[in-house]
Amino acid sequence: MSEAAVMDAETRIVKDATCTFCGCVCDDMELTVVGKRITKAKNACVLGKAWFLNHHIEEHAVATIEGKPATLEEGVERAAQILANARYPIVYGLSDTTCEAQRVAVSIADRVGACVDTTTSVCHGPSGMAFQGVGEVTCTLGEVKNRADLVIFWGGNPAESHPRHWTRYSLMPKGLFVPNGRKGRTAVLVDVRKSKSAAAADIFWQIKPRKDFEVLWALRALVKGVEIDPAIEQETGISLAQMQDLVQRMKSCKFGIIFFGMGLSMTRGKHMNVEAALSLARDLNDYTRFYAKPVRGHGNVTGADNVVAWQTGYPFGVSLGRGYPRFNPGEFTTSDTLARGEADAGLIIASDPAGNFSQPAREHLKKIPYIALDPHESETTRGATVHFCTATYGINTPGTVYRMDDVPIPLRPAFDSPFPSDETVLRAIEKRVRELLRERLTN
Amino acid sequence: MDDIFILIPGRTSRQGTTLNEGKLKADFIEETQTLFMCPDDMTRRGVVDGERVRIRSEFGQVELTCKAAKTGELPPGLLFLPYGDPSSRLMGGETHCTGMPDSKGMDVQLEKLL
Ligand code: SF4
Repeated sequence: MSEAAVMDAETRIVKDATCTFCGCVCDDMELTVVGKRITKAKNACVLGKAWFLNHHIEEHAVATIEGKPATLEEGVERAAQILANARYPIVYGLSDTTCEAQRVAVSIADRVGACVDTTTSVCHGPSGMAFQGVGEVTCTLGEVKNRADLVIFWGGNPAESHPRHWTRYSLMPKGLFVPNGRKGRTAVLVDVRKSKSAAAADIFWQIKPRKDFEVLWALRALVKGVEIDPAIEQETGISLAQMQDLVQRMKSCKFGIIFFGMGLSMTRGKHMNVEAALSLARDLNDYTRFYAKPVRGHGNVTGADNVVAWQTGYPFGVSLGRGYPRFNPGEFTTSDTLARGEADAGLIIASDPAGNFSQPAREHLKKIPYIALDPHESETTRGATVHFCTATYGINTPGTVYRMDDVPIPLRPAFDSPFPSDETVLRAIEKRVRELLRERLTN
Repeated sequence: MDDIFILIPGRTSRQGTTLNEGKLKADFIEETQTLFMCPDDMTRRGVVDGERVRIRSEFGQVELTCKAAKTGELPPGLLFLPYGDPSSRLMGGETHCTGMPDSKGMDVQLEKLL
């Protein structure tokens, strides 16, 4: 008897499903679904397995208002009232939902004159600033798979944060012009700690903390033939000979790439650290093909950048308060609007600022009315004036997400949820906000 | 107690898998409250595996359980803490016009709890 035949009627296989736990957005999942549970996630890494297998439909009211169960309509009414009556609202989160939902969230921000910002601002926001400063020599992960013979990871630990990056895209696969796969590539890891990723690298540099910019700038100088004082080793932990060796490898490879992590964007210097990495990649194009790409975290954080950018012209930290978009990280970014006590209401989608922002930002969030959309309970949903329990994207709802290399990927859900999607809730809020604003104009 | 350590919050496999079980569940809380430290620093400061320490930054303080990092993983003076609520409590609100608080490479002090 075939395997399928022995399965009971409730067991289904969903092929080519997409994992949205991390920015790798692996779309080769084979899920075994029994009723409303995923029992197997073939091809998923340890994180992907945890994402799928821990997913279950929680016992929860579709909406709560001040902690008390409410109907969807009551939740939508209260949410729309909060947003329509705010003077300095913020719309934040968005990296763990579909592009379709993100688009509605930006539209709400536009109507109520909010600052719209995504979790990009606290992961690779500085990288976004750096792209604007010096440009980005970019490529897809498919090109990396097929062409890259020198792969440098800087300031990240992909073995634990993006476990399939190496196996699916960057190191192990056999590619069109890298027929020997891993043997045909040189892997370099640069980090302040010898993380689990170090074992997979051919060359590992343990640099001194907060010295990324200095090392990257020295490499740029060496690429351009500028002499460097050997004392750089005391400053950075990396010897001149090591740097000269890497520069020689970078200049002579056929296709090189620097994948940089939040070790650059979160450490003092931030966008300047990333500008140094991007500039190094750009300079190397005088000799060969060289690229630099951020390794993105959340499943659709790249989609958030894309959607906010195509709707407002900027990727994050955008104020729509004057009726036209203004971009200013540090002013319109959520860490700042909260920590400075400026925001007076919030719409938070699929993120947890109450659990991972700075203390002053958390304190202020507690004082203002806000709406949270999240399938799971968190500090943020617990403190929300209105919480909508929504369906999980990718597992319960279809839609589009962007992989970390800006490639859009469709979602293939495993089973329905009794809860509405983020998009459904946001559309209802938007409709009611529009009505309230129209009433205000006509009264 | 006054020497300065540099703290690097970051991801771990367990931080990622337990995140999926729930941020308010015991395993995630335990993982994000475990501080990894260079064994030499632990000897120097008289801290043994499993002991509680207080970490203080310019902006906040948290109490954590200390664990020895694998030999060679962390150089002396560097501490590692899986991302979570405690690591964020050590950040300040200032973002230096970037939107991003200093979230890695923070100066902290360490005190053994008796
Ligand atoms: S690498 Fe990321 S997207 Fe791929 S299976 Fe693992 S967690 Fe999911």
